Amino acid sequence: MTDLNLEETFYEFIKTIATGIPEDIYTAIKNAYEKEENPVAKTQLKAILEDMEIACKKKRPICQDTGTPYLWIEIGEDFPVKPTKVIKQFTNALRKVTKEGYLRPNAVDPLYFKNSGDNTGRYIPWIHVEPVPGDKLKVYLMTKGGGSEAPSTLVMSTPLKGFENLKKTVIDAIARAGALPCPPVIVGVAIGAGADIVMSLAKKALLRPIGERHPDPKAAKIEEELLKALNKLEIGPHGFGGRLTALDVKFDYSYRHPATFAIGVVTSCWATRRGIIEISPDGSSKMLTRHLKLVDGECKIV
Amino acid sequence: MSEARVFHLKTPLSDEDVSKLRVGDIVYVTGIMVTARDEAHKKILEVIESGEKLPIDLKGLVLYHCGPVVRKREDGSWEVVAAGPTTSMRMESVEAEFIEKTGVKMIVGKGGMGQRTAEAMKKHKAVYAVFTGGAGALAADRIKRVVDVYWLDELGIPEAVWVFEVEEFGPLVVTIDTTGKNYYEEKMKEVKIKAEKIKEELMKVEFE
Repeated sequence: MTDLNLEETFYEFIKTIATGIPEDIYTAIKNAYEKEENPVAKTQLKAILEDMEIACKKKRPICQDTGTPYLWIEIGEDFPVKPTKVIKQFTNALRKVTKEGYLRPNAVDPLYFKNSGDNTGRYIPWIHVEPVPGDKLKVYLMTKGGGSEAPSTLVMSTPLKGFENLKKTVIDAIARAGALPCPPVIVGVAIGAGADIVMSLAKKALLRPIGERHPDPKAAKIEEELLKALNKLEIGPHGFGGRLTALDVKFDYSYRHPATFAIGVVTSCWATRRGIIEISPDGSSKMLTRHLKLVDGECKIV
Repeated sequence: MSEARVFHLKTPLSDEDVSKLRVGDIVYVTGIMVTARDEAHKKILEVIESGEKLPIDLKGLVLYHCGPVVRKREDGSWEVVAAGPTTSMRMESVEAEFIEKTGVKMIVGKGGMGQRTAEAMKKHKAVYAVFTGGAGALAADRIKRVVDVYWLDELGIPEAVWVFEVEEFGPLVVTIDTTGKNYYEEKMKEVKIKAEKIKEELMKVEFE
């Protein structure tokens, strides 16, 4: 075991996520802006693009709701820092980024109405840890906005009505939410054995980049058909109509119990802030996602 | 919505300024915007109720549903880092009274407001407009200065009443006008009808 300290690496990583929109979202919004014919929807997409660029140039949060931190940690069995230490170092970095005003303190004690002031608290950040073969550490971070949690839906269907209910649930969740989750949204959908499994998988599915299809052809078809259907709702950017209501649908599944067909739907706003970093045993790191970042005074995708 | 009309307005806004606005119009505001979320609405109405004077006269100003991210500079002044809108519906239960008692002429937020607010806007000549949800950095960029802040210690940063001097703050899209027309209410009805049709079509697609 070495005394590798990853705090500084995590600090830069969190700052990148807070201020640099991921490449896939920036590109999708830019393309949509160029194609959009509805004039009001177009003004919204333009405002969103301007917002992303200002956040990048001035190193400011993309949205004032800087979200709740969700972490998925894949730790190699031969990685030299223990998981408990990794989490501690990440949490320290999170506190520092919050203190410097890149993240709004969003962790509130529900029983005593007290904001912890540093984005940490009971079960926050929310962390999944998975041991994997190898000697590397991979950290997935999503700082998930509160407004876009509104359409989240769980339906415990009977297996015979499973796919019928899946279609209904997804369309209804997005139609009912209207402008509230800050569309265009990314929609995570999962089916499986239990309530917790599908909600968890649906949220994790939001990490996958826009445009990428599930490797299973049936799952890929579900993504495509649901996306097509959702964009016919014409809710559009901030509810002003037009062709873009959902940026993508991301589907995942677990095996189910013979008697269950759980359906989970989770959405994320246009300002989906997420990224992946990979850290080697010597402490060197590389981002596995590209973001809009300030390079030599100019905003570039790096 | 066809081609959008664009307006550039300065505060204080008059009845005439807002009466010419219609649902779907785009507005850029220059002047003073005052933030208030849930707690600040309660606070302001309590002060008025008690007969005391408010620290700022809200007549003709723009009320902004917003809880900003701010930083204190070394010289003690405030820097607004991100200041996008919050969900306006949370203020629905008190907004009609707020409009009547304060004389605000424009309310800016996100997601739209309900029937009681729309009726109050018709009666007292005011409009509701949305700023792009999530565009917190863009909003902060249009805020030139923090003029003042009230009840900061009592309510905390996001809930306090911030007085912003803004320049060309927008694009704001009018969704409730002085005729009482409410864009989102109509839009949601349309979406609901569309959703039924879309589900029917989707049922024909095989997922199994």
